[in-house]
Amino acid sequence: MLLINCPYCEATLPELEFAYAGEAHIDRPADPSALSDEEWRDFLFIRTNARGPHFERWRHIHGCGRFFNAVRDTVSDRFLMTYKAGEARPVLNALEAAE
Amino acid sequence: MSRYRIPGMGRVDPAAPVSFTFDGRRYTGLRGDTVASALLANGVHLMGRSFKYHRPRGPVSAGSEEPNALIGTSRGPGRFEPNTRATVQELRQGLVTESQNKFPSLKFDIGAVNDRAYMLFSAGFYYKTFMWPRSFWDKVYEPFIRAAAGLGKSPTEVDPDEYASRYLHTDVLVIGGGASGIAAALVAARSGARVVLVDENAEMGGSLLSDPSVRIDGRGSWAWLAEQLSQLRAAGVRLMTRTTAIGYYHQNFVGLCERLTDHLDQPPHGAPRERMWRVRAEQVVLAQGALEKPLVFDGNDRPGVMLAGSAQTYLNRYGVKVGDCAAVVTSHDSAYYTAFDLVDAGGRVAVIADTRDQVRPDLVEAARRRGIQLLTGHTVTTTYGRLRIKGVRVNPVKGGQVGAGRKIACDTLLMSGGWTPSLHLFSHTKGSLTWDADSRTFLPNHKTEACQIAGAGRGLWGYGPVIEDGVKAGLAAAEALGRTGTAFGAGVEGDRPGTGVSQKELPTDLSAGKAKAFVDYQNDVTAKDIRLAVREGMRSIEHVKRYTTNGMATDQGKMSNINGLMIAADALGKQPPQVGLTTFRPPYTPTSFGAFAGYHKGATFELTRKTPIDPWAEAQGAVFEPVSLWRRAWYFPKGGEDMHAAVARECRATRASVGMFDASTLGKIEVAGPDAVEFMNRMYTNPWTKLAPGRCRYGLLLGEDGFIRDDGVIGRLSQDLFHVTTTTGGAARVLNMMEDYLQTEWPDLNVWLTSTTEQWSTVAVNGPNARKVLEPLVEGLDMSDANFPHMSVAECTVAGLPARLFRISFTGELGFEINVPARHGLALWKAIHEAGRAYDICPYGTESMHVLRAEKGYIIVGQDTDGTVTPQDAGLDWAIGKAKKDFVGKRSLQRPDIVAPNRKQLVGLLTEDGTRLEEGAQIVLDPNQKTPMTMAGHVTSSYDSVALGRPIAMAVITGGHNRMGETVHIPMPNGTIRAKVTSTNFYDPEGERLKA
Repeated sequence: MLLINCPYCEATLPELEFAYAGEAHIDRPADPSALSDEEWRDFLFIRTNARGPHFERWRHIHGCGRFFNAVRDTVSDRFLMTYKAGEARPVLNALEAAE
Repeated sequence: MSRYRIPGMGRVDPAAPVSFTFDGRRYTGLRGDTVASALLANGVHLMGRSFKYHRPRGPVSAGSEEPNALIGTSRGPGRFEPNTRATVQELRQGLVTESQNKFPSLKFDIGAVNDRAYMLFSAGFYYKTFMWPRSFWDKVYEPFIRAAAGLGKSPTEVDPDEYASRYLHTDVLVIGGGASGIAAALVAARSGARVVLVDENAEMGGSLLSDPSVRIDGRGSWAWLAEQLSQLRAAGVRLMTRTTAIGYYHQNFVGLCERLTDHLDQPPHGAPRERMWRVRAEQVVLAQGALEKPLVFDGNDRPGVMLAGSAQTYLNRYGVKVGDCAAVVTSHDSAYYTAFDLVDAGGRVAVIADTRDQVRPDLVEAARRRGIQLLTGHTVTTTYGRLRIKGVRVNPVKGGQVGAGRKIACDTLLMSGGWTPSLHLFSHTKGSLTWDADSRTFLPNHKTEACQIAGAGRGLWGYGPVIEDGVKAGLAAAEALGRTGTAFGAGVEGDRPGTGVSQKELPTDLSAGKAKAFVDYQNDVTAKDIRLAVREGMRSIEHVKRYTTNGMATDQGKMSNINGLMIAADALGKQPPQVGLTTFRPPYTPTSFGAFAGYHKGATFELTRKTPIDPWAEAQGAVFEPVSLWRRAWYFPKGGEDMHAAVARECRATRASVGMFDASTLGKIEVAGPDAVEFMNRMYTNPWTKLAPGRCRYGLLLGEDGFIRDDGVIGRLSQDLFHVTTTTGGAARVLNMMEDYLQTEWPDLNVWLTSTTEQWSTVAVNGPNARKVLEPLVEGLDMSDANFPHMSVAECTVAGLPARLFRISFTGELGFEINVPARHGLALWKAIHEAGRAYDICPYGTESMHVLRAEKGYIIVGQDTDGTVTPQDAGLDWAIGKAKKDFVGKRSLQRPDIVAPNRKQLVGLLTEDGTRLEEGAQIVLDPNQKTPMTMAGHVTSSYDSVALGRPIAMAVITGGHNRMGETVHIPMPNGTIRAKVTSTNFYDPEGERLKA
């Protein structure tokens, strides 16, 4: 069981309190009707499927209830960092260097 | 005293005899024995039959790695356990044990014909031998193989034992209570850290228990051990024996299984049998030691052939001489000490055959002094005997040539193929391994977790070095915790250092096809099988493993992996590290399901949600059904009614007069705030802006992919407050989805979402007399149709209770749903029931609710939809706010696949012959087509309808909306049923009854 740091609670807590919520930094288009079928398909279904650091969303569902973002290495299953929803996507190189 | 017990030796209690049975025969052992040591003390080596060939087998080890001596143990009714390792099971009074995989008896087993049919069962035999005819596989071959092969029989009764589980947080977890682990734990504890030390054995000490002659700090090793343990206790270390670390997971999370009662004569009443510990440690010290490897030669599995180190354990720890006359074959120094201990205890060692040409001079001298014949540069080419070894043939090897052999009589053959560091837990963490060319073994390399590895587990040998290494690991753990440890030294006299070599199967003069040289005892895999697998094209060790099943038995190849690798590497002409090891996976040793389940069984398997009205339903004798986690009244049988009769009566009463229904489980979410209406517009398909306070609307929720996710009636209580209802099972999902959009897509909206499912109790009252029942109870509201039409909501008082009253219907009848604070739910229910007496009000359950809604074609999300159904497919286009620019899922409704013709669409079905269809039955358009037929859809709902006097069904059918009046076909085992496609609105299609 992983330990996950909730950036709102500022606490590291067991994975049981959290729910995974898919890839992060995929904004819902402001006007979906303006998108072509292909663009909308990409928004709906196409994901990075990263091998290595992956930007993803989690919800502290059995805690504060907030959605937040995380960078997790899909190979080592290690969290590199978590940050609040709406914050800019962190720069990967710096993170990897820190690891 | 048993024939093979040596008085004055061992840690067993000679004053405490323990009686037990094996295959019906009574034996006596001593307190402190395992089943294996007690049987060996009685001269019994034959303890089982092998998996495939039914070869006679005895214990090859003295520990948890045992592949052969698997027995069934009984502890009373329901307490039978198969595949227990006799080398682990401690003796207790009255223990009943039996051997496995034999018929009719262990000594004469008919299945042993498999051993003669050896050629049939070689590597991959199930891919080859039993291929033809194809139809024989299911009916003949597989049942035969399953019956003939195998381990113990699974118990059939429910396990009556209790299993506990606990969490544990600690600074340092030391796994392995041998010399190294003890040293690490002591140093870490003295630095002030909280330390837990676990060991899978009944007592701490590891190999110290098998080496009493070694002296440490001027004392015997056992005295030193006792002193260290008391020091550990004094330092506050939690010592846990009989506790196996079964898995090492992320972030230093370790699973421990503690065995609590299997060793007790009389377990305390109600005591848990095992306890699963979930440990989170800041630092883990792996001090698990090493496992001895067998040597691979013809007949290396005969009862009496045993690992040398294990014979030493039986001798020193249990005071049991494993035979009268031993032969030793080895490629490691450690086996010499076994031979020496045996001779010193009065045993006979006929020969030490060492595969190496050069042996340490002090060992040669010590053997000579004891009169042991030493043959260096020798191999073993076969063994003799059937149920017990009678002799061994040894041959000199010169320049790779095997010379003439000679037979040496013996009743035990003690072997050592060197030692493998126990890397299992380390491998669970994906720690990398490195090949050590000198010792020809894998050692731990790169660590992924905050752990230290100490002692024989990283290839060290001898007590001096491993204690020093344990101290180092303790210091490192302390330092990682920001503490300062203090080193200590231990002077070791008579240490037993040693080196050895790992190798492939021993050289032999037998023809290649004849040798039965076992690599994996438990799965009966021979060296020949592994070479055959390579010849047949297996290149990766993972493929070799799966083709031969080497290392795939319950012991997970603790003894066989390295030997198998050596042989595969040789066959492939590669170095072992180029071939690589297969992956070790948890659990380290077989672990009971009970320990994993813990408290999660029976009534506590998962929680049961009950409404405040549930006790009333129970008192009325309602039959319940689970709906998600809820338990709901399914129907209320009266006077011996079956379900069919009860449901028919409930439906009839509701349509004729009035029925009442506990709808409290409906999900409820309050959407509040200045932007509530905007939020609702964006989430739901429907338009909400013009919905006036006091009015309700059926809401439809899509996923962004355009498929139906949920539905429910939503009331607007004021400009900025919506009372949203969801399906019973969908409440949490819908709230999560709403929160997701609100928090991450539209954080600018000023909206608050609150789950109120359990805050409200809801009673639905439906039927032509519904208003008449309620009117006398309602205060503060004019309930007339003019003032309070269908799809209205108001706050008022019902039966003196504050209420939100909805005029809505899920039955097609005049209907109301009364919500009161949950604590008043039962009072409300009783008040309505009382008030309804005059109208013969009828409580109905979920089954009648399903029938009544199906008669109206109202869908149930998840039953009539399956996650691929759009609003158009379900005939719910009318619920879409066409003028809205956007809502969740709107764009997807224009996707090419969604607007394509011939999607499966929801329709009604009426069978021609009046039979009721099976829900889930497949539908075809042409019943005369060849199989496999093209399936056009399936039945989603099907009921007997009292109101219509016939069965009705709903179904999704390709292009269904354009097939009204057509006949479709439902092929069933007893013939094909014809049905006519209709509207789903079977009853009162004009909806007149709603408006009453």
